[in-house]
Amino acid sequence: MDWNGLESLSSNFLTGKLEDFVRWSREHSMWPATFGLACCAIEMMAAGAADFDLARFGMEVFRPSPRQADLMIVAGRLSQKMAPVLRQVYDQMVEPKWVISMGVCASTGGMFNNYAIVQGVDEVVPVDVYAPGCPPSPQTLMHAILTLHEKVRTGEIMRRRAAAGAGAGVDLAAEVPGWTQPLARPVHLGTPR
Amino acid sequence: MTDVRDGVPDAPAPGGAPEGSLVAELAALDGVPVAYFRGDEVLFPARERYLAAAVALKGAGFAMCSDLCAVDYLAHMDRPLPDGVAAERFEVVVNLLSLERRRRVRLRVQVPEDDASVPTLFRCYPGSENMEREAFDLFGIRFTDHPDLTRILMPQDWEGHPLRKDYGTGRVPVQFKDAPGPR
Amino acid sequence: MSDEQERGSAAGAVASQWAELDPAGRPRDERPPEHGRGDAPGARDETAGAGGDLRTHFDVLFEQETGEGDQELGPLAETDAVELLIERGAVLRVPEDSALDPTLDPELDASSFGDGETMIINLGPQHPSTHGVLRVMLELEGETVLRSKPVIGYLHTGMEKTAEELTYVQGATNVTRMDYLSPLNNEICWCLAVEKLLDVEMPPRATWIRMLMSELNRISSHVMWAATNGMDLASTTMMIFGFREREMVLAFFEKTTGLRMNHNYVRPGGVAADLPDGWEDDVSVIVETIATRLDEYDELLTGQPIFRERTEGVGVIGPELALAMSATGPILRAAGVAWDLRRAMPYLAYDEVDFDVIVGTVGDTFDRYAVRLNEIRESIRIVRQILEKMPSGDYRVQDKKITPPPRARIDESMEALIHHFKLYTRGFEPPVGEIYSAIESPRGELGCYLVSDGSNKPYRMHWRGPSFVNLQSVPALLRGSLLADTVAILSSVDPVLGEVDR
Repeated sequence: MDWNGLESLSSNFLTGKLEDFVRWSREHSMWPATFGLACCAIEMMAAGAADFDLARFGMEVFRPSPRQADLMIVAGRLSQKMAPVLRQVYDQMVEPKWVISMGVCASTGGMFNNYAIVQGVDEVVPVDVYAPGCPPSPQTLMHAILTLHEKVRTGEIMRRRAAAGAGAGVDLAAEVPGWTQPLARPVHLGTPR
Repeated sequence: MTDVRDGVPDAPAPGGAPEGSLVAELAALDGVPVAYFRGDEVLFPARERYLAAAVALKGAGFAMCSDLCAVDYLAHMDRPLPDGVAAERFEVVVNLLSLERRRRVRLRVQVPEDDASVPTLFRCYPGSENMEREAFDLFGIRFTDHPDLTRILMPQDWEGHPLRKDYGTGRVPVQFKDAPGPR
Repeated sequence: MSDEQERGSAAGAVASQWAELDPAGRPRDERPPEHGRGDAPGARDETAGAGGDLRTHFDVLFEQETGEGDQELGPLAETDAVELLIERGAVLRVPEDSALDPTLDPELDASSFGDGETMIINLGPQHPSTHGVLRVMLELEGETVLRSKPVIGYLHTGMEKTAEELTYVQGATNVTRMDYLSPLNNEICWCLAVEKLLDVEMPPRATWIRMLMSELNRISSHVMWAATNGMDLASTTMMIFGFREREMVLAFFEKTTGLRMNHNYVRPGGVAADLPDGWEDDVSVIVETIATRLDEYDELLTGQPIFRERTEGVGVIGPELALAMSATGPILRAAGVAWDLRRAMPYLAYDEVDFDVIVGTVGDTFDRYAVRLNEIRESIRIVRQILEKMPSGDYRVQDKKITPPPRARIDESMEALIHHFKLYTRGFEPPVGEIYSAIESPRGELGCYLVSDGSNKPYRMHWRGPSFVNLQSVPALLRGSLLADTVAILSSVDPVLGEVDR
């Protein structure tokens, strides 16, 4: 969907592909589920607050209920006792859903390489974007979110997910009638158009 | 009170404990070995006298149990202890606080490995409930008559007591440190 | 209902009522009491006849048990409070992984759950209002909470075990992540413990820099608490306000320490680096701005009728019970006990600055809010005094065995290079011994128990996290309150799960 500003409109009709429209709307109203665990949760809240303001990306509504959320930002260290809870909340989210692993503890276990911490949440849920930092500052988190937005906008993420079973073992070609594999497109990380 | 730099406690002064010592003050603590280190007073009651000592201290104004923890001395059995205290594998350490006197006192109870149990302080200091549960969870020390001695930090079905010295850290081999060969 | 609560009931009536109590400890035909609402602020009269709504059902039952002739509300005697706690029990003692429906689990003693009119529900661990991954099992009768049980361990990180693997210099990176809302206070507690073990004294500037950082962190932590507390009570504006203030403090921390959170700035021997040039201006802007913004909070919350109704009379705890449960910090001070380690057992240079210890009267949620808000004012007062009195000098002790040399010296002196190398690979080795050292964190008494076996790593580090101990008061606070008050009460306890679970 090319967009050069309202002045460039020569008619009152816009045409585009339905897929592009769906991806655009998914990107711009991606609601996160609250899964703040530890220190990263504070930086996640700071990203949603006034100084860094996730609202400009349509994301300031952190939904407590996973049924109403598209994105789960796992913010903080995941302990052995919490891992089943994480999986349960992830399973309760409705497709399409994405996961950002925020912070080094969520990505790899961080500085806590011991009996108590799961060494990366990708042992429990499939992760789409990893944001490093201890804790990542709100700018880093926003970069991760924008990277995810970019992936959603170009459809690259859905293409890979279809190949991998959409994270929940769903075969999109079998489940969705008329669904076709989106074309491969280059992803420009971190440079929103 | 004499400060001791290398951890070896001073012998009590002839004629009794130094002035200001709780052992001198309370009859229930009579004969309990005592040590001083960096200005802290540390009592070493035997397991049989532990509860009586805590109750006596509570009566003397030590209204709050600040902290209760356990230590596994498996790798440090040669730690300095006053005369009359036999070193065991575990120790239960209780920190009591007196608000009026603005003073702390520490109790260290030796707990043998084969019979790792001590009486609970719950009826005397209800604030020790969660702390004793944590000591049970992480060390396996049982507190008799505790109202709810279950795991508090680890999952309920966890096996083993993680903070014991013979329980490994649970490190996962990582690249450049432990992992075999290139990825 | 109110007849039963009326003071002056004869002992005979008390005895017969006692026989009619169900196992949960409440009279069988009783409706839940009304909570203290609508009393004018300041009119919290503790003597007989003044509405009586401020007491929880817990207190009512206790009063009936004592059966004193003149039903004046005296202080709860310590042993009676303990007996009450044990026998009647505010704590729900069920297995944490049991099916929540007791009728499904044959092993559970169903009679301990009342006549089947109570239900046990789960709050958390994934919940927007539990301040982290705290799970609370609540036994409800209708909307009233009878017994409860906080279940923790969902953030257990094995930090005490990790501490045995890190040197004393690296230890600050570990402990700073426990109470992640006031990381510098964690580091200060650690460093004071290590320095007590080493028996070294800090230069004055290091001490005062630490005090400045501690107070700024107290301000940011209390402001953050006010923000999340407001959010829990449905005031999103307070959330935005609080984070706005907190960003100012965090910007100063980033300038000084390099990081917004989890700084690893306070290290054994002093601090990692001196304060930057122009820090006095930065800090004055912070305190002056926050001092004026506190009036905005007063306008938004303190005088607001809905906020007051939701917090006054809710979650009351008396001083004896708070002491028995080892509660410290704003919970204890709001209950009326003037205990603040900065005043009672001063550390750093707190005996050289002037500040008041804020004490509440009733011990309800509103008092805890007021205590914290006024502690922000006292911290601002301390920071102003630090601005005037900050001494010059070394920012770390000049003992080459403990603190590293300046980076420039490493190029010039072989000895400096060796010291640097030894310090960062092996670290220093304190003498054999064990100590306990405590400071006053925004949540209460933060203590570190260190055992050293003479090697370069601690043999055992135990962290006395104030939130871990304060959570024991939660069942007593929740007893008799409504489900909607649960969130307000949990928020006023201000648990930080990092230090609860470690």
